Amino acid sequence: MSRGAILPASAIRAESPGLWMLAWRRLCRDRVGLTSLAAVALYCALMLASGAGLLAGDWSKEAGVSYAPPAFMGPDAAFPAVEVAHDAAAQPFTEETGIADPLAEVLTGIRKELAGASEPDSRATTLAFGGDKWGRDVLKKAVKGTETSMLVGIVAALLAVVLGTVFGAQAGYYGGRVDDFFNWLYSVFTSIPYLLLVLAIAAVLNQKGTLTVILILGLTGWTGIFRLVRAEYMKHKVREYVLAADAIGASGARRMFVHIFPNVSHVVLVQLSLHVVLFIKSEVILSFLGFGVGVDTVSWGSMLNEAQTELILGKWWQLVAATAAMAVLVTAFSLFTDALRDALDPQLK
Amino acid sequence: MLAYVVRRIGQFVPTLLGVVLLVFVLFNWIGGDPAYLLAGKMPNPEQIENIRRQLGVDQPYYVQLWIFIQQAATGDFGVSWATNEKVSEIFATRLGPSLTVLVPMLIISTLLALAAAMLVAYLRGSLTDRAIMIGCTVGQAISILVYIIVFQYIFAYQLGWFPVQGWGYGFAENLLSYSALPIIVGVIVSLAPDIRLYRSFFLDEINQEYVRTARAKGLTEARVLWVHVLRNAAIPIVTNVMFQLPGLLAGAFLIERFFSIPGIGREVILAVERSDFPVIKAVTIYVAVATLILNLLADLLYKAVDPRVQLK
Repeated sequence: MSRGAILPASAIRAESPGLWMLAWRRLCRDRVGLTSLAAVALYCALMLASGAGLLAGDWSKEAGVSYAPPAFMGPDAAFPAVEVAHDAAAQPFTEETGIADPLAEVLTGIRKELAGASEPDSRATTLAFGGDKWGRDVLKKAVKGTETSMLVGIVAALLAVVLGTVFGAQAGYYGGRVDDFFNWLYSVFTSIPYLLLVLAIAAVLNQKGTLTVILILGLTGWTGIFRLVRAEYMKHKVREYVLAADAIGASGARRMFVHIFPNVSHVVLVQLSLHVVLFIKSEVILSFLGFGVGVDTVSWGSMLNEAQTELILGKWWQLVAATAAMAVLVTAFSLFTDALRDALDPQLK
Repeated sequence: MLAYVVRRIGQFVPTLLGVVLLVFVLFNWIGGDPAYLLAGKMPNPEQIENIRRQLGVDQPYYVQLWIFIQQAATGDFGVSWATNEKVSEIFATRLGPSLTVLVPMLIISTLLALAAAMLVAYLRGSLTDRAIMIGCTVGQAISILVYIIVFQYIFAYQLGWFPVQGWGYGFAENLLSYSALPIIVGVIVSLAPDIRLYRSFFLDEINQEYVRTARAKGLTEARVLWVHVLRNAAIPIVTNVMFQLPGLLAGAFLIERFFSIPGIGREVILAVERSDFPVIKAVTIYVAVATLILNLLADLLYKAVDPRVQLK
């Protein structure tokens, strides 16, 4: 609708704005798109701050009591009772047997030391948004989990997009045998359902870690991008500008990536955005099942795993924190993807 | 038609060989020596040698590959490393519970998504449309894990309307009691993406010329939507449902795991946890075959629904 009004006006000017400028202007006019872009940018800033250690660097510190409730709920009524019971258990029991314990003094020293290390008053009874089983701050865990999940999502999506684009470019541009080979590879990878393939690779690698998850997701997720990029290259390779590049002696790789690629990059960008969301969701499932990030890393998936048992005890805050952090990011990212697509490809509606 | 089917089945061969090769490379080459995995914590060289001979991994790679191709061709993948049960029997007994949950889930979610998508397509641009679309986007952003955890907690644990988990013996008991909550969760999770997709299919059709013609000749809006538009939109919808099927079979593993349903998905997770390679290899090959057959069926169905489609 707005396209008809914009194009003639900009065409009159001596220097017409490029594709990216036009897309940016369209995006600026899209209120939902801008809001979601701001939210995504905020999350990215959070990820960078957390990665640089500015935020939530001490997430693993046991800052509060076990299952410390959120600050707005006040301290847990059951908590002092537990503490009293603990004190009673800590009493030396030498009198019961009537024999003097030769190690009594040493033991008392150790007990004192132990009590000092986890002194009750050094641990808060409430935390900003509650604590987990070990009294770690759930809010800090959620921030740290955001870092892990976004890192995995973005890097894995980049890997998948690079693979899909390179394969798709080769297949679409060269055709023939090359196309047959990549199509065969595509049909092999797509005949196995995505999550099954991911689980199979997780079973084989049998080692946890952020890098493993990135590799699993990136190496299996390129198929959809391949299909789209291949179709674009088949369309573009017969166009006149490519023939012209051929005539002035540009090499195959140059034609593919310097001449054609800028013209299909909008497709790739939208796919990148889509796959970040897909991979964040997959990472959460993998980590939940225990095939994802390592035990020393916190992710939304591992938080949900802990939350599952906590919920039965009535400790809902970790579940809410992880769910909310994820839902806001994924919603914003999905809306941003839609806005990006509309801005880059105004004919599609 | 027959020539087409024969040619397509002929194309299965290279794809399946590729799947076999991929699985082989993954498990026999990257996966390392399974003998160390099986021998337990205190292996002695003799034991390991024994296990290696039993599994055939002391053979050169091409011999192992040939053994695996024979296994894939006959569908006999030997026994599970964890339970010594025959792999083919594991799947035969686990298919029933999976289907008991999946078939009703697929039917209910497709019908509900169709009705809801038709409603929002009819009300396109209105406040209801936008509210439902935003609801779908947010609903999709919440992990399936959260739906399962929360539903199980509220409806089974707190309210006690359904059993928390488990599986019975009679079909009716399983379907009506144990499968009910898993089906509800599955339907709710798949509803949001389906409504969005089907809405776009309906919107593609609603602006076509034939719809205007139908309206112009005085048909009621209901007839235009449910007869004219639905029939044409059915083509991509049928394809979409068919393409979802194989993924569902393995993809329902989260639901099966949470609700302790002895289906194929739970078996896959157990196998991954126990590094039970024969089971994972087998399920990958089985599902790949199912996917290829279902894709072929989808194409044939496509032709049946829309005679304009040329099969080539």
